[in-house]
Amino acid sequence: MGNFDGDSGTVFEQSYATTNGNGKVPNGNGAADLSAPEKQELLRKFSAPAYTEIRTRRCQPKPANDAQSPSSINYHPEKKSIPNGHASILDQESKPNQAEGKLSPELEHFQKTSFEEVPLHTACLTYLGFYLLMILGYINQLLFVPKVATEKGRDGYVALYDAFESFYSRYVYRRIKDCWNRPICSVPGDELTLKDRVTDDYGWSFKFTGTETRCLNLGSYNYLGFAAATGQCADDSEESARSSGLAYCSSRCELGDNEQLQELEALTARYFGVEDAIVFGMGFATNALNLPSLLGPNSLVISDEKNHASIILGLRLSGATTKVFKHNNMRDLERVLRQGVCYGNPKKGGQPWDKVMILVEGIFSMEGSIVRLPEVIALKKKYKAYLYLDEAHSVGAMGSRGRGVTDYFNVDPKEVDILMGTFTKSFGSAGGYLAGSKKLIDFLRTNSHAHCYAASISPPIAQQILTSMKTIMGEDGTDIGRKKIHQLARNTRYFRRRLAQLGVITYGHEDSPVVPMLVYLFSKIGAVVRTLTTRHIAAVGAGFPATPIMEGRIRFCLSAAHTKEQLDFALEAIDEIADDLGLKYSRKPRDPNPVIY
Amino acid sequence: MVAIQLFNEIGSIFRNTPTFALVLETLLLITVIWLLLHRRGGGRRRQLTKEEEDRIIADYEPEPLVADTDPNHPLLHTRVVQSRVGKRIQVDGHDCLNLGSHNYLGFLEDQEILEEACKSLRKYGVGSCGPRGFYGTMDVHLDLEDRIAKFMGLEEAIVYSYGFSTVASAIPAYAKRGDLIFVDEAVNFAIQKGLDASRSTIVFFKHNDVEDLERLLIEQEKRDQKNPKKAAKTRRFLVAEGIYMNTGEICPLPDLVALRQKYKLRLFIDESISFGTLGQGGHGVTEHFNVDRDEVDLISAGMEGSMATVGGFCVGSHFIAEHQRLSGLGYIFSASLPPMLTQAAISALDRFEREPQIFEQLQAKSKTLHQKFLRFSKLTLRGDEVSPVKHLYLAQPAENFDKELKLLTELADKCIARGVAVVQAAYLQNRERQPVRPSIRIAVNRLLESSEIDNAFEVIESVSSSVL
Ligand SMILES: Cc1ncc(COP(=O)(O)O)c(C=O)c1O
Ligand SMILES: Cc1ncc(COP(=O)(O)O)c(C=O)c1O
Repeated sequence: MGNFDGDSGTVFEQSYATTNGNGKVPNGNGAADLSAPEKQELLRKFSAPAYTEIRTRRCQPKPANDAQSPSSINYHPEKKSIPNGHASILDQESKPNQAEGKLSPELEHFQKTSFEEVPLHTACLTYLGFYLLMILGYINQLLFVPKVATEKGRDGYVALYDAFESFYSRYVYRRIKDCWNRPICSVPGDELTLKDRVTDDYGWSFKFTGTETRCLNLGSYNYLGFAAATGQCADDSEESARSSGLAYCSSRCELGDNEQLQELEALTARYFGVEDAIVFGMGFATNALNLPSLLGPNSLVISDEKNHASIILGLRLSGATTKVFKHNNMRDLERVLRQGVCYGNPKKGGQPWDKVMILVEGIFSMEGSIVRLPEVIALKKKYKAYLYLDEAHSVGAMGSRGRGVTDYFNVDPKEVDILMGTFTKSFGSAGGYLAGSKKLIDFLRTNSHAHCYAASISPPIAQQILTSMKTIMGEDGTDIGRKKIHQLARNTRYFRRRLAQLGVITYGHEDSPVVPMLVYLFSKIGAVVRTLTTRHIAAVGAGFPATPIMEGRIRFCLSAAHTKEQLDFALEAIDEIADDLGLKYSRKPRDPNPVIY
Repeated sequence: MVAIQLFNEIGSIFRNTPTFALVLETLLLITVIWLLLHRRGGGRRRQLTKEEEDRIIADYEPEPLVADTDPNHPLLHTRVVQSRVGKRIQVDGHDCLNLGSHNYLGFLEDQEILEEACKSLRKYGVGSCGPRGFYGTMDVHLDLEDRIAKFMGLEEAIVYSYGFSTVASAIPAYAKRGDLIFVDEAVNFAIQKGLDASRSTIVFFKHNDVEDLERLLIEQEKRDQKNPKKAAKTRRFLVAEGIYMNTGEICPLPDLVALRQKYKLRLFIDESISFGTLGQGGHGVTEHFNVDRDEVDLISAGMEGSMATVGGFCVGSHFIAEHQRLSGLGYIFSASLPPMLTQAAISALDRFEREPQIFEQLQAKSKTLHQKFLRFSKLTLRGDEVSPVKHLYLAQPAENFDKELKLLTELADKCIARGVAVVQAAYLQNRERQPVRPSIRIAVNRLLESSEIDNAFEVIESVSSSVL
């Protein structure tokens, strides 16, 4: 059981809600319409996990095959008749993912963003728990050094690793190591198939059991649901691979440039409404290998404290002076900016900076918050700084036309000096872009490390971006793209409101499809991720060092491929787990009214 | 109560201390406060008033974001490839013999690899939609890592999604501030960026010059004797390429290994070109020299050469390679390699194992081409005989590199117009550690025929005679 064989292409078609894995928007047949044999099939699929559930409060073990089929969920029975997510009711029911602009940007931000404080006793417990883990780890290290932890044939060499770092990864992180790097063997679409693995030695090593578990996917960055093995995108990509091969084995500046990439750059520029764009094969490298060209040693960079590692690496390589401001805090940004501009470069006796650059992300992937773009732009103008906006998570996912946070806030994209983003997420492909003025892009073409030295994008990968981008823009002649954007906005609002109603603490902005749910304690991260897996839900945990010690969290990423039934299925499981594990930390009043999808 | 007691206590201290000590301590206190304030103010001691600040802000004129670019800059006018890349390639409208793409084994044309990649696309979709940690690990990635480790006879491999970021992430995963890295001065740009990111002390030795390296190591040994405490904490690395991208020469691996042992260095080799081209079984430079692979600490390679896909990998002992899963920045913080390209790498490995004769075929072609291309009248050839990458330089140096580049560009353009695709190697001269002499970089393809090599020679010879 739980071990369905056959190729996942066909299994995918039998997903429990609708056939929306193939790049098409679902078409109205909710799970309620499933026939009896299909339900049987569902129950079979959703049973016999290879993971053990962790229960603390309510200790009656459930029978293994009791995982509920989503159709039996009746959270709001009176709303059950609403069909799920489609054009007929779309226009009156759901508003697009867009800032309303009725309030001042500041007020709107405060109304829609939540970073609820942790209750004091939880904070104490979290620290206590963490130190306990460290102490236990330390004792463990004293008593037991496994063979893998030593190096062979390098006696007398200086130790390769920092002692704390290897201690942490071996004796603390290892305890919940099974929650990451889980192998899958299917499309990371609305569902995914985990390859089950077990560990006999407390996380030192894993073995495959040979079984598989089908899960609802709340972990992948598949915001618009373009990850699919069938449908237009996959067809076009395959054709491109057949006509142009799999790679160029050369950089753009030697024999790697081609018409497809030029088309992609032109399309990207058009997508954002800017003059020009340049594309690279990896989003991480887009930041890390282009920031150094744009900044010199006499540049000041003002960077959000939650910025991504690729940005931080790029800044390190650039040699610019970096000052950090508090996450999304405009007052702190202004303070740092003002100080920087007024006092100049201290290393050069207060001489003015060549340039000052503000570096922010559109959606912060660990916080779920949305940058306060209108205010950042006002500050940038006031202090004559340049603005670099990393839209890795927001492009496609934000704004009524999917153009990212500029679209969301109705800001002219030309107000942002450098638009950066990746094709890995909403477009379901790989790579990154920089877009902006022609002058900027020409400069990059002649100075970008990645453009000159790194391999150019593989044709099927570029084709996936082209097709999905055209779909979002409606240039394929359908309204699939528009529907996807609306579906995501709708899913996001529904899911976030329902979570708030459950009483768990979530971070971030109500329109952000990245939803971190705070669990605080390190060990609860493991417990929640494992238990969710037994309920056939794949989610991501994040703890120290990716987050502050205090703020362990579970992150859900919503997708336009999810249906209401799928979200309800997840919410019901989360509700129970939150009760079992005591995650309902929120002290905010809960909305007693049912949340309308 | 407590306050009064404290006050009395302080009073008694004052009364019991000699005056000179009091004066000294007061002076000390003043100095400390002054120093603290001094630090706070940064370069400028005085706190500005609000009006002054406003004026500075109003007067501040930043430099433009980027400098203007010359519209005739050579990098703005790249050549456009209009066909699927293989032994032949269509460039800017000309059908050419391909001597420019790093498709050494000719796998870009391989239909079987393409079919398997497409099959993989139909199973997994195109993108992986997540980093390895967050459901971006697919069974193909694990498979590939397993296969590479087995192929190389080492314990563990780790796959990156971009060739450039492989070695650039691997180096700073181990080398930190305060560590020492000895590096060949001709290393490629990706290694240079990895060195920058590590913030270690970098010592460059002359290209492939083992004596120079030993001289530097001895110097370092002397310094260490003066400061043994620091020396006991300084990790030392030696970084080299199997075949150098920028010269086509092979590193003197046995000598490097001897020095590694003698001076307790950790040896990292970037085998982006040598993997899948050198050695009887394509295992790279270690096999070429018959060196035990355990002597090398870490081998990294791009898969953008002989494997004809995208991405890269590092391979080594479990102790070493595993560390990158938590500290290789480009591994952790980036989406995993698209599954179809991963499958292409697996299929390439299948071919490596099934048809090991392809490596000898490639080496034979490299030698044939080498012998032929040594005979240009106006160009000199650099590179090892068996290396699939070689450089052609002007035999008569022009007055500066810009001139040379212009001549070589013209040469390449005319060769392309006459049906032989060669390209000048692209460098960002202002960002390299030191300017690199312009050259035409030749990449050998296993499928080349002797007659085609002869023909290419004729074309390049005749064009170079007319251009130079
Ligand atoms: C803000 C940000 N920038 C860049 C990247 C890197 O993108 P890629 O996965 O395409 O390398 C990410 C990915 O996680 C990101 O979150
Ligand atoms: C352990 C771990 N893996 C992967 C990531 C990648 O995050 P992203 O998807 O934003 O690159 C993070 C980010 O902080 C992380 O902490």
